Amino acid sequence: MPYPPVGAIDCDLHPAVPSIKALLPYLDDHWRDMVIQRGVHELDSISYPKNAPISARPDWKPEVGKAGQDLVRLRKEALDGFGTKFAICNCLYGVQLLYTEDMAYAFARAVNDWIATEWLDKEPRLRASIVVSPQNPDYAAAEIDRMAVDKRFVQVLMLVMDEMPLGRRRYWPIYRAAERNGLPVGIHAGSAYRHPVTSVGWPTYYAEDSAAQSQAFQTTLTSLITEGVFAEFPELKVVLLESGFAWLPAHLWRLGKFWRGLRMETPWVDRHPLEIAKDHVRLTIQPYDAPPRPDDLEKLIEHFDSDEMLLFSSDYPHWHYEGNNAIPDGISRALQNKICYDNPLATYPRLKEAVT
Amino acid sequence: MAKHIAAKVEDIPPGTRVSVEVAGRKVAIFNVDGEYFGLRDACPHMGGLLSEGVVIGLVEANKPGCYNYSRGGEIVRCPWHGWEFDLRTGKSRFDPKRWKTHSYDIEVGDGKEMHAETVDVSTEGDYVIVKF
Repeated sequence: MPYPPVGAIDCDLHPAVPSIKALLPYLDDHWRDMVIQRGVHELDSISYPKNAPISARPDWKPEVGKAGQDLVRLRKEALDGFGTKFAICNCLYGVQLLYTEDMAYAFARAVNDWIATEWLDKEPRLRASIVVSPQNPDYAAAEIDRMAVDKRFVQVLMLVMDEMPLGRRRYWPIYRAAERNGLPVGIHAGSAYRHPVTSVGWPTYYAEDSAAQSQAFQTTLTSLITEGVFAEFPELKVVLLESGFAWLPAHLWRLGKFWRGLRMETPWVDRHPLEIAKDHVRLTIQPYDAPPRPDDLEKLIEHFDSDEMLLFSSDYPHWHYEGNNAIPDGISRALQNKICYDNPLATYPRLKEAVT
Repeated sequence: MAKHIAAKVEDIPPGTRVSVEVAGRKVAIFNVDGEYFGLRDACPHMGGLLSEGVVIGLVEANKPGCYNYSRGGEIVRCPWHGWEFDLRTGKSRFDPKRWKTHSYDIEVGDGKEMHAETVDVSTEGDYVIVKF
């Protein structure tokens, strides 16, 4: 598998909150007291269990602590390692899992301030997504407005499985704030665990949970389209993170087939779902879920009918490939350049401003 | 363009439709409040009989949650997969440029001196006439 070209833009990597103690200085006085008084433990979710091989590539895994918690290593292994120009930090911490809107909002603010101080201030190649609390979309919108002042924040971050499908109007304050600030909404694999991670109930094994993520992305994308998010917010871009991408053409053919017969239910869906996705949806390439033979991958890419939808991601420190082999075979040099450079710049206007 | 008698006026009262075969062509004729529309009686998708479809109005939206309803009875849905066609043009709603069924001009006349294949032309009364 080829390496990403030097100067690539890494659209998904994961600095880890080492422990809740690291966030205490960034919490308001009340919430700092509450964490201690209530004995709030780590907000790690079960999406990436520490011992699951996928959670940390062996050579990126420290002896002690979490993979991705150390800036020096992230700098060496991910930024220098791939020669990336920019890398977008998507911090996965259990903010979205909390049941209290107020505490979730407090933690979202703390995580964002922690990222700005502990990562962005120290490493100019890093950018970040704004962690929000979807438990209360108005609070989330306020947090977007607060953090968007800092141009190093280039995206809004949500999890693919929340209380309800993400197209519902309940979430629209988040999309309105994102569009207002010129920020894409990144939707990452993971769950707030309000519902089983599969649509048929709780699975038994971690492999089932992992495989089910792409189903959640399919359903979420369907919801965004049918509920009219892209009609209401015509400038909005959505980036699917750790979604896989091979499923997209087939799923949208299926959705398009039903849309043709049921158009009058959603008259704001005024063109084929694949056409809407080409304008509004981007997907990161790791973890890679496409066919292993290069010829087959080329055919699959043709089905997207677009060379603008895929974005390079290392998904550091998760384990999907060895060495720097983050680009699948079968992607032409020209398309590699689109994926690694042009498409991220077009998707994230704030990166483009930084380049020019 | 030849004219072909397709039906007697009283055979298609307002709000109904018929399927007729005229000069080898299957034509669905709809009467919408006294106005007649003719479509090739086959969905371009898989050939479902449009004459057996349900008619609805045109639903449009300028934003999500908005349902602008107009032209009641002028959109037919294919009974097989629900595709919508505009009775006035034969064009599909979801992709009017690429997907359409043929639309025929219809007029009402006395049918004098016209040949009729399937209709018993008597000397009295008006007829629905298809032109192609």
